[in-house]
Amino acid sequence: MTHRHPAPDTPVARPAHTPPDELRTRLHARLDEAARSWLDRALTEAAAHPGTHGPISAWELRLAEAGRRCGPAHADAARVLVLHAARADTAALTRVYRQGTADERRAVLHALPHLVADAGALPLVEDALRTNDTRLLAAAVGPYAARHLDTHAWRHAVLKCLFTGVPVAEAADLPRRARGDAELARMLGDYAAERTAAGRPVPDDLYRVLTLTGAATPPHTTDDPHGKES
Amino acid sequence: MRIFDPHIHMTSRTTDDYEAMHAAGVRAVVEPSFWLGQPRTAPASFLDYFDSLLGWEPFRAAQYGIAHHCTLALNPKEANDPRCAPVLDELPRYLVKDRVVAVGEIGYDSMTPAEDTALARQLQLAADHGLPALVHTPHRDKLAGLRRTLDAVRESALPPDRVLVDHLNETTVKEAKDSGCWLGFSVYPDTKMDEERMVAILRAYGPDRVLVNSAADWGRSDPLKTRKVGDLMLAEGFTEDDVDRVLWRNPVAFYGLSGRLVLDVPDTGATHEGSSILRGGE
Repeated sequence: MTHRHPAPDTPVARPAHTPPDELRTRLHARLDEAARSWLDRALTEAAAHPGTHGPISAWELRLAEAGRRCGPAHADAARVLVLHAARADTAALTRVYRQGTADERRAVLHALPHLVADAGALPLVEDALRTNDTRLLAAAVGPYAARHLDTHAWRHAVLKCLFTGVPVAEAADLPRRARGDAELARMLGDYAAERTAAGRPVPDDLYRVLTLTGAATPPHTTDDPHGKES
Repeated sequence: MRIFDPHIHMTSRTTDDYEAMHAAGVRAVVEPSFWLGQPRTAPASFLDYFDSLLGWEPFRAAQYGIAHHCTLALNPKEANDPRCAPVLDELPRYLVKDRVVAVGEIGYDSMTPAEDTALARQLQLAADHGLPALVHTPHRDKLAGLRRTLDAVRESALPPDRVLVDHLNETTVKEAKDSGCWLGFSVYPDTKMDEERMVAILRAYGPDRVLVNSAADWGRSDPLKTRKVGDLMLAEGFTEDDVDRVLWRNPVAFYGLSGRLVLDVPDTGATHEGSSILRGGE
């Protein structure tokens, strides 16, 4: 089966990993005529009038309404494109994140690798990692976090994925960062022991990460998430 | 029975409630912003609350298969506190958000000049943002309060068919109906309406433009009152179509005026059945 005409309600996968030009092409193929022309107008407007104007810039309004214009399945991709077209810098992304809905915050997290070269936007990732919203957690452990999170915070992010049931496949660049990480292996082992002592299953994902660290992997039998962080 | 509770404060409820509501047939809720029991003292407290209504609460609801939308406003009681009133200046950037389906709860509490101002400004904000309005009617001096509310609506840019007047009862239903507004009834264990009186009102006035809600919050209240009204309607001879109209199609039609109602439960992404709010071992 080919994918020349993707199902209209299938989101474009991995917006944080997809170059914006390609993201736009793939999103276009999924939108109906009205949504497509809305998106084109929004991106042209954002490119022509980036920055901050008055209490709320035009491109920020487009960001807010992207979900109902393009459909919830395509909101992430549309918002990443609006942020990219507006060339949002760390200050603008921080404002949009702070004033945003959970969906807008997720789009900001997806946009970080396209827009911020340095580690200046890490406080947004750290904020998302403090939440219990798995949609935000999954977006927080993308390529920007893989590039900039320090070792301690990154290990805790991986552990939080295991706690909350976010698939570790969401964690960008996991094999590279996990390789040879003896401290991460220890944390995983302790968590597995804690689960086992409580008579609770150990998630399969834990063993996947443990294997990536290169540590000896104990045998396991079960897979069922998980816990609550509060 | 599919149920849309058009007024319920889920922030104050537990996951047990979400579970029981889903089992009873609730598939959609609207959570109006309101008073939290403890007075707030700064706009920032409202903004955190609004963020929660746009972030964490819809996420929680989705774990239980329930679509969550909200209405945002400065509530009537706190409109009287000059420390809180500046939140009115922050509302415009929130009213453009997805899942905001009305301005509300607005209206009167003690019928003060400050409440007049907040109500008029927020009716105008609703008109400016293409949103309907959820208008609370006061508990004390209710009929006078309803009349003053309807006057404020008539003086506003918002047509009555984009206004839901809530917490009605036997003394206020007729004038509210004659105004052309949508009619909201809150069914409570002790106060406001009960199931029997609700069914009597439906028999007298018909199901047209009638919405029934539990208004469940942090006080003594019952998030399953919508279902109990539906059950009693059937027992008293209303058809399943009548029940569906009152408990589903009417709220869908009213909040659908926003153009922002999404009744598919949003995909919560990474987890299945929301592990993140389940305790370990479940």
